[in-house]
Amino acid sequence: MTIATTDAVPTAVPTELARGRGGGGPAPKRIVVAYGFWIFILSDIVMFSGLFAAYAVLSGNTAGGPTGRELFDLHNVFIETMCLLFSSYTCGLGALSAERRHSGRFLIFAALTFVLGAAFLLIEGTEFAGMVAKGAGPSRSGFLSSFFTLVGTHGVHVTGGLIWLVYLVTQVIAKGLRPAVLRRLLCWSLFWHALDIVWVGVFTLVYLMGDFR
Amino acid sequence: MLGRLSWAAIPLDQPLPLYAMGVVVLGILAVLALVTVKGWWPYLWREWLTSVDHKRIGVMYFLLGLVMLLRGYSDAIMMRSQQAIAVGDAPGYLPPDHYDQIFSAHGTIMIFFVAMPFVIGLMNFAVPLQLGVRDVAFPVLNSVSFWLTASGALLINMSLVIGSFARTGWMGYPALSELAFSPDEGVDYYLWSLQISGIGTLLTGVNFVTTILKLRAPGMTYFRMPVFCWTALTANLLIVAAFPILTATFVMLLLDRYLGFHFFTNDAGGNQMMYVNLFWAWGHPEVYILILPAFGIYSEVVATFSGKGLFSYRSMVLATLGICILSFTVWLHHFFTMGAGADVNAFFGIMSSIIAVPTGVKVFNWLFTMFRGRIVFKTPMLFSVGFIVTFVIGGLTGVLLAVPPVDFVLHNSVFLVAHFHNVIIGGVVFGALAGYNYWFPKAFGFTLDEWWGKASFWCWLVGFYLAFMPLYVLGLHGMTRRLQHIPDPSWQPLLLVAEVGAVVIFAGILCQIAQLYVSIRTREQRRDLTGDPWNGRTLEWSTSSPPPAYNFGVLPRVETIDAFWHMKRTGRAPIEPVYENIEMPRNSPTGFITAFFAVVTGFALIWHIWWMVILGLLAAAVTVLVFGWSDDREREISANEIARMERARLGLGRPA
Amino acid sequence: MDGPDRVFDDRTPGVEHEESTANFLSYTAGLALAILATIASFIVSQTHLLWPPGIPVGLVVLAFAQIGVHLVFFLHLGSAPDNTNNILALAFGMLIVFLVITGSVWIIANLNANMMPM
Repeated sequence: MTIATTDAVPTAVPTELARGRGGGGPAPKRIVVAYGFWIFILSDIVMFSGLFAAYAVLSGNTAGGPTGRELFDLHNVFIETMCLLFSSYTCGLGALSAERRHSGRFLIFAALTFVLGAAFLLIEGTEFAGMVAKGAGPSRSGFLSSFFTLVGTHGVHVTGGLIWLVYLVTQVIAKGLRPAVLRRLLCWSLFWHALDIVWVGVFTLVYLMGDFR
Repeated sequence: MLGRLSWAAIPLDQPLPLYAMGVVVLGILAVLALVTVKGWWPYLWREWLTSVDHKRIGVMYFLLGLVMLLRGYSDAIMMRSQQAIAVGDAPGYLPPDHYDQIFSAHGTIMIFFVAMPFVIGLMNFAVPLQLGVRDVAFPVLNSVSFWLTASGALLINMSLVIGSFARTGWMGYPALSELAFSPDEGVDYYLWSLQISGIGTLLTGVNFVTTILKLRAPGMTYFRMPVFCWTALTANLLIVAAFPILTATFVMLLLDRYLGFHFFTNDAGGNQMMYVNLFWAWGHPEVYILILPAFGIYSEVVATFSGKGLFSYRSMVLATLGICILSFTVWLHHFFTMGAGADVNAFFGIMSSIIAVPTGVKVFNWLFTMFRGRIVFKTPMLFSVGFIVTFVIGGLTGVLLAVPPVDFVLHNSVFLVAHFHNVIIGGVVFGALAGYNYWFPKAFGFTLDEWWGKASFWCWLVGFYLAFMPLYVLGLHGMTRRLQHIPDPSWQPLLLVAEVGAVVIFAGILCQIAQLYVSIRTREQRRDLTGDPWNGRTLEWSTSSPPPAYNFGVLPRVETIDAFWHMKRTGRAPIEPVYENIEMPRNSPTGFITAFFAVVTGFALIWHIWWMVILGLLAAAVTVLVFGWSDDREREISANEIARMERARLGLGRPA
Repeated sequence: MDGPDRVFDDRTPGVEHEESTANFLSYTAGLALAILATIASFIVSQTHLLWPPGIPVGLVVLAFAQIGVHLVFFLHLGSAPDNTNNILALAFGMLIVFLVITGSVWIIANLNANMMPM
């Protein structure tokens, strides 16, 4: 009976077997967590693409009701876009601060990110409420159903992101910028940047395409 | 107070569902009573319910699949029996209302709660072992995934007892599935249980893609991975890519039903065809999610039981990747007749024919692996050979259906039903059973009884052909699917043959139950003492049976494909390696608790009990927040402890 | 299991090292470019600077530009030793998004065209 034997794992990884390429053994935790979250984000983007496809197909189905052109206020959309874009920027600067273990500065940038994200939600919420009040709510037509769902799902993600940010800030205050907390912040900022990327798709395909002269 | 739930939801006036419900409820109570009386709860809680070990989770998935197979199969045999007798004037014994629920439940349960758990369970058990690592990338998430899947299964089974299930078929097409035409709770049961289990499945996809790409033993480059890991990778990539589409589609239908949106309604600008389009954009990759791991199992089994390495590893991998990408370019073949026009139909018809080519490459590779090999006809190998014959026939009928004009005649006939059962039973079920027999000794330390295994195989094989070949003929004669009453008496003889086939398959299932019972009773005679009962080729056979919690005392260093075979052939003398402390994830109740609240929330959503929805969601959120706070998720096993366990396993005395 | 824990940053997974000053510059440069592209999108959509039938194309191109800026300057895609996995995953995701959206639009357009007049 031959006995299977294994050699001890060398503690130094040979440089010719780069990690990720294959041969270096299991990757360190930060890389594993970040990659897993990246895959999750891609799945979320696929879900958005289903909603985008539905919007693309239904955008003409106004059922005699109001069209995008009549409803969209591009000034607000521009402000929303800038809010989200700047919040991505402050998120990035917060990441740099956390990297250098500057909790104070990190908290400031986190607060700025939160405020900008909340401003985005406020404008969007007002827009939705206004449309509903005008009788252009989601149950009016296929177009409006798909509009509210696509843009609203993005808004729900932003809301979730802000709640998550508050939760993580609590962890930073309570536990400091230790490795586990830093990994979670990494995931959070991947999420936040991805939301801005989705918003680029939303404002281009929904608002700008729907309203060009 | 309780939404639209009332005592009327329990079918006290309908004998058949009442008896079925009675049996199921009594059975569950009996099991719970047994566990309580024997005092097994602490053990179950500690070792299984809160386990984050991929081996335990894999076993639980497979067990879930086996249990749900019984439910899905009862539905099948009820349908077959109804069709066998309800000819001409005879009304049969199943009123249309029940029949519709039964075929809807049959499809939903078999795909989501039998086939998926089988495949995911086997991947869970084997992939980390084959990769030479200790667990998946996110063990607690793995547990959450399993328990969410189980929650979905529980919800669907609750529809048997409380209220009714959907009558729309397993696909839930609008406008029938919209509120106007399905106002009761049936479609909501379908949607919520699949949304909940869908989250679990998506998380599994994320978990396994990360594991296979980022966690492998040192030296295991991509082209040294076992083929099963390649197929697991592609299947999980498909999960990540396809399940979000289903989530989005169901969200849209739920919004229509709950908030009066107009995605798929008849009025106000809804488009029902969009549902069909999006559903199948998920649905076609789904069947490849099911079959690709099965292909991987066959690759492992055929190579092992032929005593030869797999023929042309590279073309196998390329074919697998090709199938993965192509599976996203064929989905319209599920609705050729919806009216897209010749150019669209032609494109998807051609792509559907092309996707058969890489599968053909695989079939030839298996045959060439067997050629001039030393074949051992144990149960897994029997299932593999049965698969090759059966799946090829099913695949050929599939390529036939891929021709749009042919599909115009055969769409939604029982020819189609025969085709997909041909590939799913011949492909997925046989693969699951082969994998079950193959890896059982690794999981439990003793092999399954061979005689009962072979008996179950022959019953499944013969039963399958008897049950489904007549349906091909009947489909060509014009019989449509889902008939509660048979209008043409000349169809009855073949339907009776199909009924016999269903009974023979049932005998096969009974043989499997007998196999398990006999194997457990006589397990000492079939103990696997070496960890390698089949003279295997891949790394899982280098561990003990069952493996220790940490899988490998020291992660193996991989130098070739079929790493374990290479290790055996080069036959190094046993050298005591230097053990280090190992960090393993702690058990966690997060999965179980999250699932509990998922069931509560799902049930409340179905029955419109809004206060319960809010409470359930809050509780689930609190669970996530509590879990998300902790940093202390690992426990350490000391090097001494590892050394002790490894020495005991290897039969080594004191170190030299 | 933790390995040598790298300094935290919010780059795309797999990134091992990068200079801090370059980071601040990259975020600021990214912001500037994104603002420009955004403004350009609004201008393209609201004026006749671009030939009208070409406006959708222009908007799509600018959207890709903005997404590219995000990926490169904010997520630092493309600047890591272990980067292949990340880019492959992104490419796979983009392929799926493309197939789902264009496939659905093409299919439903054909189906709608063949519907009976209501």
